[in-house]
Amino acid sequence: MRQNTFTRHLAIYQAQFKIWTAVQVQYRVAMIIWLIGIIIEPVVYLVVWSNVATASGGSVGGYDSAGFAAYFIGAMVVNHLTFCWHMWEYDTIIRQGQLSARLLRPMHPIHADLAENLAYKVITSVVVVPTTIVLILIFRPAWQPQVGQMLAFFPALVMAFLIQFFMGWALAMAAFWTTRISAINRIYFLGKLFLAGQLSPLSLLPQRLQSAASISPFRWMLSFPVELLLGRVAGTAVYTGLLAQFIWVTLSLLAVRAIWRAGVRRYSAFGS
Amino acid sequence: MRTFRIIATYFRLGILGELEYRANFFIQIFESILGLVVALGGLAVVFEHTENLGGWSPDQLVALVGIYLLVGGLINMVINPSMERFMQDVRQGTLDFTLVKPADSQLLVSVQRVEIWKLVDVLIGVAVIGIALARLHSSIGWGETAVFAIALFCGATIVYSFWLILATCSFWFVRVENILVIFQSMYSAGRWPVGIYPQWLRFILTFLVPVAFAVTVPAQGLIGQLTSGNLGLAVGLAVALFIIARLFWRYGIRFYSGASA
Repeated sequence: MRQNTFTRHLAIYQAQFKIWTAVQVQYRVAMIIWLIGIIIEPVVYLVVWSNVATASGGSVGGYDSAGFAAYFIGAMVVNHLTFCWHMWEYDTIIRQGQLSARLLRPMHPIHADLAENLAYKVITSVVVVPTTIVLILIFRPAWQPQVGQMLAFFPALVMAFLIQFFMGWALAMAAFWTTRISAINRIYFLGKLFLAGQLSPLSLLPQRLQSAASISPFRWMLSFPVELLLGRVAGTAVYTGLLAQFIWVTLSLLAVRAIWRAGVRRYSAFGS
Repeated sequence: MRTFRIIATYFRLGILGELEYRANFFIQIFESILGLVVALGGLAVVFEHTENLGGWSPDQLVALVGIYLLVGGLINMVINPSMERFMQDVRQGTLDFTLVKPADSQLLVSVQRVEIWKLVDVLIGVAVIGIALARLHSSIGWGETAVFAIALFCGATIVYSFWLILATCSFWFVRVENILVIFQSMYSAGRWPVGIYPQWLRFILTFLVPVAFAVTVPAQGLIGQLTSGNLGLAVGLAVALFIIARLFWRYGIRFYSGASA
């Protein structure tokens, strides 16, 4: 029986899923540690901004305490579903030549990482879902979703994931040229902290930073889906936002292809 | 005194070892500046919208950030690397090399690794505190400085004792280092005054993971908001924890079975 490309890739994704389920079940303690890590940051900012709201007569910038609770819990969930970590791994993979093994496979290495990423998220959701419920009970967010924006939320979430994944993978490719990739990664995550809405809702940033966030991919990789989830995007901005996301998905995918081709050529040069 | 000579020796070894890798100095400066941008940038965005956060003014919070960087630098310079090396030694059975040395094993284990470039964090922290104090000059006198120094010393002692107690657990549960990652994550909550957090989180950050005593309490001392009751609590806790850590260490080391046994 001749397998077509689709069944081949499907089998690969299924295999990755099984591997990663087994791995994660082994690392139960590590999961708990990791969980504390991903909820600490949003919870800290949630508390800080709630304090600001209370000190400013109840609300600031259109958010009251319950609004901030909804924003940061929503941001935590969206970030969990969209984040990418592969840029931290490729320095080792390329320097130690492990990439050679991946290049021998009958498919592009990006598929292995994509499958690992998705499998990891599905498995860790088992822990994130009850955690989110507990946070909702503790912080009592106010959530009034708008039907139209909720419909736009799902494609926005998928596109945000793709933007983070492709940008992260393109960043990982920098390891072909330099060993100081962790410095580049840190700058990227610094930008993400401020401009993707992890530190605060973007509407609370100074105007120039808000513009920078909208021009960069950062707003579209995290903040925009959260804004849709909370029903805070007005009218046609929903469509222009989805379009901006689509543009950034395309741009980051093109970047991945270009950088990969240039990098692999350089990598092969060392092998021979 | 012998203790200080031993500490000084390990510091010198740490310096000599790291001077070989001068690039690490520049990497550390880069990372410290990033940390500073995150902390001060966060403050800047918050203070666009308010004059006062939980009773703290902008300059007081800058001083808090400085203390956060200073204490973080001290922890990452000596306590972290030494404790990690210790746990690795227990796992691999190489702790024998430390135990046969003619000095107190707890001392040796605690200062054996010094990552000297983390001094950059300490210096940046001191600079930030200095800048904040310059802007608060009217309200800082010798009394506050003394209270700050005492609170800082007690905070460092509490953190060290807490780490040592956790690390001592590796005599029984060999893979403890995961638990120490929790401290690293929770320490980042110390960038803000612990008083703003809800009751349950404040409790966790004070008595379960002593971030409050490491950062907020010395900061309160510096700006003159530390009650003598809380200062007494900090001193008492520091002394008690140090003694407990010491006793627990003496007890735990009996359970160590080295590679040669």
